[in-house]
Amino acid sequence: MAGKTLYDKLWDAHLVRGNGEGTSIIYIDRHLIHEVTSPQAFEGLKLASRKPWRTGTILAVPDHNVPTIGRDHVQDRISQIQLDTLDQNCAEWGITEFTMNDPRQGIVHIIGPEQGACLPGMTIVCGDSHTSTNGALGALAFGIGTSEVEHVLATQCLVMKKAKNMSVNVRGQLGEGVTAKDMMLGIIRQIGTAGGAGYTIEYSGEAIRALSMEGRMTVCNMTIEAGARAGVIAVDDTTINYIEGRPFAPKGELWEEAVRTWRNLVSDQDATFDKVVYVDAATIEPLVTWGTSPEMVVPIHGRVPDPDEERDTVKREGMRRALTYMGLKPGIPMTEIRLDKIFVGSCTNSRIEDLRAAAHIVRGRKIAPNIVQALVVPGSGLVKRQAEAEGLDKIFIEAGFEWREPGCSMCLGMNPDHLNPGERCASSSNRNFEGRQGYGGRTHLVSPPMAVAAAIAGHFVDVREF
Amino acid sequence: MEAFTQLAGIVAPLDRANVDTDTIIPKQYLKSIRRTGFGPNLFDLWRYLDKGEPGQDSSTRRLNPDFILNQPRYRGAQILLARKNFGCGSSREHAVWALLEYGIRAMLAPSVADIFYSNAIKNGFLPIVLDAHTIDRLFKDVEATPGYRLTIDLVPQTVTTPKGEVIHFDVDQALKHQLLHGLDDIDMTLRHADHIRAYEARRRKQAPWLFTDLDG
Ligand code: SF4
Repeated sequence: MAGKTLYDKLWDAHLVRGNGEGTSIIYIDRHLIHEVTSPQAFEGLKLASRKPWRTGTILAVPDHNVPTIGRDHVQDRISQIQLDTLDQNCAEWGITEFTMNDPRQGIVHIIGPEQGACLPGMTIVCGDSHTSTNGALGALAFGIGTSEVEHVLATQCLVMKKAKNMSVNVRGQLGEGVTAKDMMLGIIRQIGTAGGAGYTIEYSGEAIRALSMEGRMTVCNMTIEAGARAGVIAVDDTTINYIEGRPFAPKGELWEEAVRTWRNLVSDQDATFDKVVYVDAATIEPLVTWGTSPEMVVPIHGRVPDPDEERDTVKREGMRRALTYMGLKPGIPMTEIRLDKIFVGSCTNSRIEDLRAAAHIVRGRKIAPNIVQALVVPGSGLVKRQAEAEGLDKIFIEAGFEWREPGCSMCLGMNPDHLNPGERCASSSNRNFEGRQGYGGRTHLVSPPMAVAAAIAGHFVDVREF
Repeated sequence: MEAFTQLAGIVAPLDRANVDTDTIIPKQYLKSIRRTGFGPNLFDLWRYLDKGEPGQDSSTRRLNPDFILNQPRYRGAQILLARKNFGCGSSREHAVWALLEYGIRAMLAPSVADIFYSNAIKNGFLPIVLDAHTIDRLFKDVEATPGYRLTIDLVPQTVTTPKGEVIHFDVDQALKHQLLHGLDDIDMTLRHADHIRAYEARRRKQAPWLFTDLDG
């Protein structure tokens, strides 16, 4: 019998009913909840006179609507209602919630691993597509819709079909100044935004092993941008060391026992994948998106591509529309694109390591006069506090950045932080869709060091030459 | 959820790849705590020439005459024809709620994003995946023929064109059963409650740390 992939192992360990073809009932170990996609699920539960199956598995946090300044008063009344609804639902059912002013509050995908609430070997879900972030821990983690949130609340299970196995093997080493974000944009460039559809991706190879947990989370986070619902990375010392001592992580003998089990969370030598992709880390350069899909990406020394050179008609039209929306002409060097706003934050890139890397570039410099706003939004209250202990906040503030409270912020602008029509932003977030950061706003996805380097230069620059 | 058996209706061709859920229903409408009220804001960014806000009366807003659903020949469309990777991006089920409320109950595309697909089925919305070549041909036919309608039959898994051509499609049998009968899948899962409890008991022995509750 052929060996099992990590995904096979995770799946099999959670199988309640069914196997092989068709749908199965899968047990869920951790349910993360935020204010946007849960109200209708709680309402549905109530309408059907049902109760949550196991409230002890649930961790809730408000993140999308929270203001990043002036937390004592939420200006937007509709946002306030949504935030209140989460508080009420959690209070009613006795669900653990880090409320807006709790020091541990932050973006749901940041706080799960940070608190040790998300562990290797778990199935982890949240009504949010970037739940895939947690796959970095060697867990099966994926986003679900609101009906599924209700289903997990009521049954602690999901009914789903097993995905196929894809291996993305990143060989060699990343160059100096090239980050996990560039690696993931490079993977998306190679396989496309639908490349992972129907698969669970396992990231492996020398370059993945060399990444810190933070970097691995960045990679797994953007798995959804590659079309796959979940991405996983095998457990190793980096994983175990990251988890040890976190508030909800097992302690004492339970810890020892858990670690022994977790060591087995790797694909077997003879496991087979339905699809295997190789990526050469050494060929990846700092990348910048030019369009309205994460696959519309070029190296920093590249130029805005010319749709006339694209043979596929659907793609060509897509490129034309993207260029119109982005206000760009074919052939312009990426380094000539001038920016209005800078955003360092989001569940992709707002962990302590991201802020350190960004601060390293910023130290002793000032943002360019054409930059109207540059935001640094830590992923959680604890990241913020850690950064302040290291003096990173001062480095950013002295350079002209605004240092904010944690939340999703300008990643999607459900709170007051957003782009105005026509404004162009270098963003460390994950989606450059039309209107994503604000109506008519233009988003370029980059790594945090690339974003802050652009803030200082006023236009995109190669952070390696900076 | 509403059962899905047959649907015959006008087809609207949305000729763009990677249509993401942010464009299907923009974030400002996600502040609602209800399941309804999203129809007027379906494709808000493309459908109107101005920026919409929650609670605004959409009938007074300026329509974008170039957008497909605003063209008289596609008025009342119930079926959407789309390109690859439709529904990519966020997990917001509001995207499906908006489509349904607008009146669209099924779609055809060469591929549909995974989370969107499961959200759709849960709400009785049928995404049909056909090969890119067939989809391409349908785009040409729809654009060439005003009033173009398709008939979708779930039982035999067929799409019938105005010329009588019958195209077969695949669908998971369990999902098909659920759609045909409009079944509540929470009820279906709760019928296995004993199995879930047995699983928990077994698992608690194997991996006790998974049963340390956050609230206790
Ligand atoms: S930071 Fe952005 S992508 Fe991440 S959960 Fe928040 S809104 Fe979604």
